[in-house]
Amino acid sequence: MTDQTSVLDELPGDLMIWVLIVSELLVFGAGLLAFLGMRAMDPAGFAADQAALNRVAGAANTIVLVTSGYCAARAVNAFDHSLRAMRLWLAAAMGFGIVFLVVKWYEYAEKARHGIGIETSDFFTFYYLLTGFHALHVVAGLIIFALLMRWGTHRNLEAGAAFWHMVDLVWVLLFPIIYLVH
Amino acid sequence: MKYQTQKIAYWYFLAAMAVFAVQVLGGLWAGWIYVSPNFLSELMPFNIVRMLHTNALIVWLLLGFFGAAYFLVPEEAEREMHSPMLAYIQLGILLLGTAGAVVTYTFDLFHGNWLLGMEGREFIEQPVWVKVGIVVAALIFLYNVSLTVLKGRKTAITNVLLLGLWGLALLFLFAFYNPANLSLDKMFWWYIVHLWVEGTWELVMASILAFLLLKLTGVDREIIEKWLYIIVATALFSGILGTGHHYYWIGLPSYWQWIGSIFSTLEVIPFFAMMSFSFVMVWKGKRDHPNKAALLWALGAATVAFFGAGVWGFLHTLHGVNYYTHGTQITAAHGHLAFFGAYVSVNLAIITYAMPILRGRDPYNQVLNMASFWLMTGGMSFMTFVLTFAGTVQTHMQRVLGENFMEIQEGVHLFFIMRWVSGLAVVIGAILFIYAQLVPRREIIEPTDQYESEGA
Repeated sequence: MTDQTSVLDELPGDLMIWVLIVSELLVFGAGLLAFLGMRAMDPAGFAADQAALNRVAGAANTIVLVTSGYCAARAVNAFDHSLRAMRLWLAAAMGFGIVFLVVKWYEYAEKARHGIGIETSDFFTFYYLLTGFHALHVVAGLIIFALLMRWGTHRNLEAGAAFWHMVDLVWVLLFPIIYLVH
Repeated sequence: MKYQTQKIAYWYFLAAMAVFAVQVLGGLWAGWIYVSPNFLSELMPFNIVRMLHTNALIVWLLLGFFGAAYFLVPEEAEREMHSPMLAYIQLGILLLGTAGAVVTYTFDLFHGNWLLGMEGREFIEQPVWVKVGIVVAALIFLYNVSLTVLKGRKTAITNVLLLGLWGLALLFLFAFYNPANLSLDKMFWWYIVHLWVEGTWELVMASILAFLLLKLTGVDREIIEKWLYIIVATALFSGILGTGHHYYWIGLPSYWQWIGSIFSTLEVIPFFAMMSFSFVMVWKGKRDHPNKAALLWALGAATVAFFGAGVWGFLHTLHGVNYYTHGTQITAAHGHLAFFGAYVSVNLAIITYAMPILRGRDPYNQVLNMASFWLMTGGMSFMTFVLTFAGTVQTHMQRVLGENFMEIQEGVHLFFIMRWVSGLAVVIGAILFIYAQLVPRREIIEPTDQYESEGA
């Protein structure tokens, strides 16, 4: 029994956050596979719709989110010597997270102006489902960081940062597959 | 029995087993109508028999859950129940409501009356006055159990149990909301039906299983709790949005097809975790508990739930598959094995474990009880295979080749006969089980060696 618990106890943060992270990766992974499967059935339609996406915004958001992830990692490190530094790094991470959402909002508004919605085509159903779910996770991450500002312990911070890196990782997979590859 | 108020569970379990008997006999009747469609149709039309079969199932499972709560909460909280009187009043209300619903269904009394007549939505057909009774009973129950837990020791098992039972009761409130728009009606209907069996009930099941494994295997509480939290987390993660797999063809936006397919596929995970959990705990366990039948039922519940709910559920959950199989005998196959594996078996497990303790005896009729396990599980598995074959033939002939529904029913007649025979095995098993619980004869299993049972 001890051998079973010790491996899990070595995980940074909390076991439950890793259960969540694995579950999230399964969902986004399945979503991306389904997207690729549907694209294989209609390559021309998907390529035409993909051309309507704003690649510059997507690329900018990639840089923004990865930078935010860096700040979150620094916040975890800073906690041991300075609470103030931890909060500053966390605030920076949150700032970049908000920038990400603003850019996302701009993208969605731009699509709406052209009359594009979730029911427009299979491509856009996946576009909105995957990036929409992802954006909701960014919002969740911001809430987690806000809570950590007040109730940050080393363990909690590790768990929060692990969640945020998952959000990062998912975007790094979504961006090339949805915006770029054809 | 450590606490006097655990005795409340005894009456709940008795009531549960009585309704269980009614349920399986109703099943036998409904199954025979498939074989011989005009059987007593003037007396009891098929839809009423089926309604009794499914509603009796829900009622007795809930009675079992309540009984399980009254049995394990005092032991976990380490104190007597807040009020035994309230618990008996709750049982009275539930039984009165059940009787009222059955009589109203059978004779279709007060047809169309908003308060007294049946409401006609599958599973929540109960007349409004019965629904109000259910809510009152649920409030009494939650008040009683929550107060006991709040005043006593709080454990992961009671936390999860309460989360499940509170969720279950709150979701039932959607039964009072019946929009005129059929799509919306169905959408909210699933808030009860789906979020019960693929959400809150899973929590109840996991906590009962955890309690049983704690007692039967003697594994450390800390390890049991860790597993319990993982099961709960994965169940809620997958189950809540998994509701989407009911939204494919009822008029909701088509993106639900992907949300439903992906999340409900992950619903296999908590059931796989429950099965692994049970076997790992037994494997690691150091206690040789004399109630082997309870252990058999607990392991059986986790295993058959994985196959019935997990595998057979996944079989037709992807929308591309469900487009063809929706509402065929495949659904019936899944429904039977899932309910039997997950909720029937876990109830029979806790009843098997608790009854000897409640009656102050050693575990009796072990062999008879285990025989009933194999009869019921074997019968139900056979029924599942038979219905799966019938459903596959039906799907192909009706949905692919476009043949007439009633002609196909003729074509799969042989399967319906086999289904009835396997149902008969289940009914005999159920009667054996009830007999084994109620009529102690003599010790069959030798009391375990003292040295061994302490796991030295």
